[in-house]
Amino acid sequence: MTKRGDQATLREGFRIIGRALRNEPLTLGLAIVGSAVYGLMTVATAAVIGRVTDEVVVPAFEEGRTTSGALWLASLAIVGAAVFKAAGIVVRRYFAGLGQYRLNARYRREVSRKYLQLPLSWHHRHPTGRLLSTANADVEMSFWPIAPLPFALGVLVMLAFALVSMFIADPILAAVGMIVFPAILILNYIYQRRLSPLATRAQALRGDVSAVAHESFDGALVVKSMGRESAETERFTRVANDLRDSLVRVGRIRGAFDPVMDAIPNIGILVVLAVGATRVAEGSLAAGTVVQVAYLLTITAFPVRAIGFVLGELPSAVVSWRRVQAVRSATGSLDYGPDELPSGGGPAELSVRGVGYSYVDDTPVLEDVNLDVASGRTVAVVGPTGSGKSTLASVLIRLVDPDTGAVLIDGVDLRGLQHASVAGSAALVFQQAFIFNDTVRDNVALDLDATDADVWSALDLAQAGGFIRDLDGALDAVIGERGTTLSGGQRQRLALARALVRRPRLLVLDDATSAVDPEVERRILAGLRDAALPSTVVVVAYRRATISLADEVVYVENGRILARGTHEELLGASPGYAELITAYERDAAVRESEPVTEVADG
Amino acid sequence: MADATAVSSRVGIQQDNALRTVRRGLALSPEITQGLGWTLTLAIVATAGRVIVPITVQQTIDRGLNAPGGADIGFVRSMLVAAVIAIAVTVVAAYQMNYRLFRASETGLATLRSKAFRHVHDLSVLTQNTESRGSLVARVTTDVDTISRFVQWGGLMMVISIGQLLLATVIMAVYSWQLTLLVWACFLPLFLALRFFQKLLSGAYLAVRERLGAMLGAISEAVVGAQAVRAYSIEGRTQRRIDDAIEAHRMSATRAQKLVAFTFSSGEIVAGIANAAVVVVGVLLGIAGDITLGRLVAFLFLVTLFIAPVQVGTEVLNEAQNAIAGWRRVLGVLDTPADVADPPDGVVLAPGPIGIRFDRVSYAYPDGPTVLKDVSVEIAPKSRVAVVGETGSGKTTFAKLLTRLMDPAGGTVLLGGHDLRTIGFESLRERVIMVPQEGFLFDDTLAANLRFASPGADDATLRGALRELGLAGWADSLANGLETQVGQRGESLSAGERQLVALVRAYLADPDVLVLDEATSAVDPATEVRLARALAGVTRGRTSVTIAHRLSTAEAADEVLVFDNGVLAERGPHRELVRRGGVYAGMHAAWVSSSG
Repeated sequence: MTKRGDQATLREGFRIIGRALRNEPLTLGLAIVGSAVYGLMTVATAAVIGRVTDEVVVPAFEEGRTTSGALWLASLAIVGAAVFKAAGIVVRRYFAGLGQYRLNARYRREVSRKYLQLPLSWHHRHPTGRLLSTANADVEMSFWPIAPLPFALGVLVMLAFALVSMFIADPILAAVGMIVFPAILILNYIYQRRLSPLATRAQALRGDVSAVAHESFDGALVVKSMGRESAETERFTRVANDLRDSLVRVGRIRGAFDPVMDAIPNIGILVVLAVGATRVAEGSLAAGTVVQVAYLLTITAFPVRAIGFVLGELPSAVVSWRRVQAVRSATGSLDYGPDELPSGGGPAELSVRGVGYSYVDDTPVLEDVNLDVASGRTVAVVGPTGSGKSTLASVLIRLVDPDTGAVLIDGVDLRGLQHASVAGSAALVFQQAFIFNDTVRDNVALDLDATDADVWSALDLAQAGGFIRDLDGALDAVIGERGTTLSGGQRQRLALARALVRRPRLLVLDDATSAVDPEVERRILAGLRDAALPSTVVVVAYRRATISLADEVVYVENGRILARGTHEELLGASPGYAELITAYERDAAVRESEPVTEVADG
Repeated sequence: MADATAVSSRVGIQQDNALRTVRRGLALSPEITQGLGWTLTLAIVATAGRVIVPITVQQTIDRGLNAPGGADIGFVRSMLVAAVIAIAVTVVAAYQMNYRLFRASETGLATLRSKAFRHVHDLSVLTQNTESRGSLVARVTTDVDTISRFVQWGGLMMVISIGQLLLATVIMAVYSWQLTLLVWACFLPLFLALRFFQKLLSGAYLAVRERLGAMLGAISEAVVGAQAVRAYSIEGRTQRRIDDAIEAHRMSATRAQKLVAFTFSSGEIVAGIANAAVVVVGVLLGIAGDITLGRLVAFLFLVTLFIAPVQVGTEVLNEAQNAIAGWRRVLGVLDTPADVADPPDGVVLAPGPIGIRFDRVSYAYPDGPTVLKDVSVEIAPKSRVAVVGETGSGKTTFAKLLTRLMDPAGGTVLLGGHDLRTIGFESLRERVIMVPQEGFLFDDTLAANLRFASPGADDATLRGALRELGLAGWADSLANGLETQVGQRGESLSAGERQLVALVRAYLADPDVLVLDEATSAVDPATEVRLARALAGVTRGRTSVTIAHRLSTAEAADEVLVFDNGVLAERGPHRELVRRGGVYAGMHAAWVSSSG
């Protein structure tokens, strides 16, 4: 770490504190007041007990009697001071917690908002576990120093009281005692410098542990079915042990910092005593003054320790805050224009002009794709696995923007449309359906204001009505991670209903019925045809039945459109298409002509 | 619908009392308590140092500076040297103690993380699926973190505080047993009340943890479901759900904090009452002649020694609650029975082809409908079987029972003549491989993903496998060939491509029984046919069971098992079943009309 880097860490730490105070002036302010009351009462309690001893206890022993009035007064003073002190604690603790949790909530909201804004390409680059760790642990760690902060700021009252008293007693001795403060600064400088890189590493490893766990649990079925539990545990143990080693290194530094920080005021007192004793011997100072300054210096130990709590947490907070900031300042959200598509009306007219796209530089997934689909037409996109069909589908509804070229609906470039305008007119159904942790009704309707009848008719059209009616609670049944789990085919049908309930003017189906039985798929397709939806349909498919639904077929290979026409036309014109689409028949034919030899084999 | 499984067999939260929880927690991380004796000794030295330093200062002042007949500089000097040594010893002891604590606790908790992680993988598929990912992840991450915070500071403070409390009591009793009883009488109600507070706090923290899990679940929808959120422009709705979850978590945390604030301050008030009582009773005792002034003043000082650990104790209580809640959740994972467990001294399957027998097998999801009824079937070694049926007919359940991802509710599944439940996992998973429909990929290179089940395979082997399966061209077409990063969950590849990877994986694992559960549903027909032929070549001499929704697979199989509504409705070769005109014939007719 460079010197400038260390200073930056400390400055960043103070900036986090500044931000917290600006965001939560009232709660943290009250907490500081509570802490100041506590600090004052701590000094006051000692004073009260001192005075009670001098004025009630000692006279009582000397005179062999006392008055109940004096005893009452003494008790009241002691208990009173304790009550104020306790009140200070309640106020500080409660409001410090309130402030801290409000800050956590505030930045969690901000971070999650950002997750919702950032483009999919950004999401692909960042592991899920890491992003969750930022929203959870990093936000929490960033404002961890806020819990002891009001305490530290409040007891500054004690520090001020002690300092002023010291200077009044003897400026020279007070100045000697003040060496405590540069010593604390130097210690902190060294501490931040040593700890900061270690804390950075520990936080990164914390994210890694979370990412590995998340991924591994996500793939639990594959892990289990291939018997890789031990290998996965080893992989996890490796990062867990790296985290352990890293935290132990952090612990070594922290473990040294705390006792040294505690020792500094004590050493200050010793220096004051040494210097004071010499001056007392010279006769230039009264012994009483030395005692007084030394005593006042012991009072500073308390706030100094409290400040140490805050400073000790700063390096980890800075590291976490940087990760939160990285999300907050990430750019690349889709820009929206002012245009709007007409709501309602007939099927959309789709136009794809010279579209190119690549996930990795120099490896285009789509190249110069041109496609016009007239209003109300159905086009099937067919091509080998990995030929770019899904990418094309996601470009059509602007999940991603093409690198080159443009996609137009009704002649309007998608990039010129307002947010939600595309979703208002077009719907894409993925092969892998994402199910929200919510009721069936809300999973279908989402934010659409749909009646139950609308939802049911969409579910029935998607051939999902049957199994939904069987669920306990039907539309109100909670599904998803924490509710009833659905099979792959059921999820696909639910996702289809989600698209259909919107009556989209452009419907894009990306192999959306791949896990559905042929018979059920046939019913779905028949329903789609008969429902006379006001839709232009683009369907990515392999099945003959799906393709036969289309007015036209587009054959894609290696990200390029190689042929288009009716199914019959392509069978003759495109060898690639013909090979793909007749694979099953040719296979069956080959088998028919072969003698049955397999069983006898081996 | 049979495939819809009701919520059941959740991962629990351990419910023991706090002390037992801590004891069990510590037993699971033996490293924490190893060498604790020396750490405690260091802690005592460090704590004693905190007392000795002020005393040295006090002595220097009283007997040096304020010595009768003027300041005794010589005495001051020697006391200062003694004080410096005391400080040095304290610092070293405290540092050593802290370091040892960090090392012991982090080592122990790393072990706990790994144990819990392993156990999550040992849970049955059913249990894994009923628990949200976020909640399971929390149990090996944040839940463990709360424990570490406690062990590194609070745990030791608690032990030291109790020690200091007892010591102060003994010294106080030497000075005045009456006043000692009085002090205890003041604090006893507090100690009893703390048990009550502890219960409240415990409940409050449990609520906080639960809300945290829900919050993470909500946020994860924005991350995992990013595509769906954008496709439907439901950023607003998703944000509202997240905001609600964040707010619910904040409210529960604030509620817990309120309890903490009041609990923590109660010690102060009791301390005030105790001080006042000691003054009043002490004075009265003094007047009666039962205590001297010197002793009373000393006693007042001792009371502060008694109060300090009580205050620390109430503070620690808060952290202890958090830690116990964390421990309970981690123990909850470990206590959830791995109902599909690796048998001790499991049978090792003999080499060679393996036959399969289902003997009156039934399966029902807990509290759910029966999805497989009384299925008896024998699959000869080396035969190639296709399993067909509508969604919910029980065919996937059949595959899961066959690979022991689940155990039957009734009857027995036998593999090579052995009850599946007696076969050791190592042998089972090596010889029987299932390729599920959704081939999960890890965020790594294509090569690393292919190598998943056979870590020893070199690049040449991988290339060989790709060539055998006719996928070499596909792999070469990717940006960096074998070194292509596949992204999160393999999302840089299409669903069909992910299935290709899963198939190559299984091919490399070289099993004796290969179970394909709609493993090529997203692959184009030409590639699928090519794969089927390549696989038929390599599975010759092995047993293969293919769950298929495309009947082309069934046509090529030696035998077809037809499931309908949880029962084995028909079985036989394709041609025979078509002739028979039953369930299969109907399905086949639908298939021909949709693909022809």
